[in-house]
Amino acid sequence: MTRVRRWLPGLLLVMPSLVAVGVFVYGMLGWNFRLAMTDRHDEVSEGSFVGLDNFFSLWSQKPWVISVHHAIVFTAVFVLGALALGWLLAFLMEKGIRGEGTFRAVYLFPMAVSFVATGVVWRWLMNSARDERAVGLNRLFDGLGLDALQWGWFRDQDWGMAAMAIPAIWQISGYVMALFLAGFRGVPEELREAARVDGCAEWQVYRHVVLPLLRPVTLSALIILGHISLKVFDLIVAVSGKQIVTYVPAISMWVAVFDSHDPAKGAAIASYIVLAVSIFVVPYLVWSLRREKRS
Amino acid sequence: MAAVAATVAGLLTLTACGGGDGGAAQGTRGGGGEKKVEVFSWWTGPGEADGLKAMREIFQKNNAGLEFFDAAVAGGSGDKARALLATKLQAGDPPDTFQGHAGAELQGYIKAGQLEPVNFLYDELKLKEVFPQQLIDQISVQGDIYSVPVNIHRSNVMWFNPGVLKEAGVAEVPKTIPEFVTALDKVKKAGKVPLAIGSEWTMVHLLESVLLGSLDTDAYNALWTANADWSGPAVTKALNDFKTVLSYAGDPADDWQPAAKQVADGQAAFTIMGDWAYGYFHNPPDGGLGKKSKTDFDWAPSPGTAGTFMWLSDSFTLPKGAPNRDGAVAWLKVAASKEGQDAFNPKKGSIPARKDADTSLYTDYLADALKDWGSNKLAGSIQHGVVVNDAWRTAINEAVGLFHEDKDVAALQSSLAEAAKNSGQ
Repeated sequence: MTRVRRWLPGLLLVMPSLVAVGVFVYGMLGWNFRLAMTDRHDEVSEGSFVGLDNFFSLWSQKPWVISVHHAIVFTAVFVLGALALGWLLAFLMEKGIRGEGTFRAVYLFPMAVSFVATGVVWRWLMNSARDERAVGLNRLFDGLGLDALQWGWFRDQDWGMAAMAIPAIWQISGYVMALFLAGFRGVPEELREAARVDGCAEWQVYRHVVLPLLRPVTLSALIILGHISLKVFDLIVAVSGKQIVTYVPAISMWVAVFDSHDPAKGAAIASYIVLAVSIFVVPYLVWSLRREKRS
Repeated sequence: MAAVAATVAGLLTLTACGGGDGGAAQGTRGGGGEKKVEVFSWWTGPGEADGLKAMREIFQKNNAGLEFFDAAVAGGSGDKARALLATKLQAGDPPDTFQGHAGAELQGYIKAGQLEPVNFLYDELKLKEVFPQQLIDQISVQGDIYSVPVNIHRSNVMWFNPGVLKEAGVAEVPKTIPEFVTALDKVKKAGKVPLAIGSEWTMVHLLESVLLGSLDTDAYNALWTANADWSGPAVTKALNDFKTVLSYAGDPADDWQPAAKQVADGQAAFTIMGDWAYGYFHNPPDGGLGKKSKTDFDWAPSPGTAGTFMWLSDSFTLPKGAPNRDGAVAWLKVAASKEGQDAFNPKKGSIPARKDADTSLYTDYLADALKDWGSNKLAGSIQHGVVVNDAWRTAINEAVGLFHEDKDVAALQSSLAEAAKNSGQ
């Protein structure tokens, strides 16, 4: 009886959210996976079970292969770029510059803007017209005499997605900076002192003391950035719409469901997105669970 | 800027579409009082919204007991509106009547049993006598007609800047594709952009004009029938023409408007775009560029397509289970009427589908279009949903998008053939 009294109120307290999450997250996920394994290729038919056919047949479709390639390029550039820039800003800030609060606010501000608004502005900045027709950044380069720097931005076939990552980096790196800054501040001053007493140069203090202690922060930042990046949709729709040159899995899913009217294909793509995101998230959850147990 | 606003508005609607926002739009049911008629469209832009308002006034005047409810969703070509519509239809909550491109684009709704045939209206209003016979043929599905066309746009129009052509030494407006290529080449040598294009869908728009110009009208129309020959040499030649023409295109602009503006501003010589571009060229600033027709910009049928009117049309439908079916029928009657079409079209910048329109209302480009509509052969547009259903159109769009990257004609042709096979049409 006493044992029941111990766990029952707690369970009741979390029950509503457990039920909501169970139905609207896991229930819907299950429904989606089931749909992905049927041949319901239009909205009318019932669809019968076909196993993993949809998952395999996607890979013979060039638009899908291209969208995966784009997602990889985007993720690599975005994650590395935002980590590097965020780290650098935090590093500079950590040295205790004057007006730190102002700088912090300035760098964090882009976070307050939605990806759609960012996309609308950057669509203009990254306009691909050149020379006398140039606007945005190309115009700036043209005006500065840096004509060689003008390029097609997101319309470039090979590196367009790298350009697409620029607005995302611009928007998120302030947030990464805040994470790192908290991390830097979490490194006890005594440890640095100790290292200096032991004869470390300042760069060695960072290399051997501060950076290792930043590892958990870096990992969290990596997870957050990674899952944003694999699901990216709004930014790309706002910058370019649904064009092959900027296809990513989420756009393919939208096109499959609403334009091709192919629910099964859309569900298969959605499943791939969930799987890709879980590659980032699940190890992190396992790792943090273990850490909690240890402490 | 309008396009930007439309995108933003569209995205906002998207996020809202999951909820029960249909509830507010439904009229009071049952006897007595004013009954709402929910008219779902994507006419929110300048011109088209005015046209809708003009038709709405006629509707209110003719139907005292009914109240017009405007359920328009922003976004050109109706992408966002149609996504929202799909969720409403699937939830069994249709508007009383909704806008759709006449033709194959409606097939999804028809197959899903969401539309009621409106043959009875065609009989009652004798519409078969006032719409061109070819139009009736091209929108009939196994003898049934599912929508009432309100307006007609022309897709195969070549817009050009006479000044740029003169400068480049192009004396005559190109009438065939080889002449067109020669002209493009001259413009290129003169240092201007020969052909302005926009985002990927404008390339599909270009493709349909080139297909029509390179094949002849009958061969083009046959592509959408059971005995289509997508793999044959005629299509290969047409696609090679497309490749040649596309090789003269400038950097893709964001959409068709910036592309058209390049022509208006004298930076580019040609662009191939539907006749909604006329309003953009001609209307005073804010809604348009305020250019003078025939001197600042001019038009001709796209090369090789003179004598053929490649049409697309906005139409209204009668959804099954419409909450206020009588109201919807009353709206369709206004949409089909001479009065309604003559009120709507001069404002929208399109021509009426009816042959008995008041010609004095249509001037300049529209007078040309109206004349051709009555006399030309008709062919249906690809990109604007006349000859292909959504799935097929999407497949063509993806194929053209890929082609723009790899310029591989054989791959384009095989994916087009594949798309035709898989279309289920």
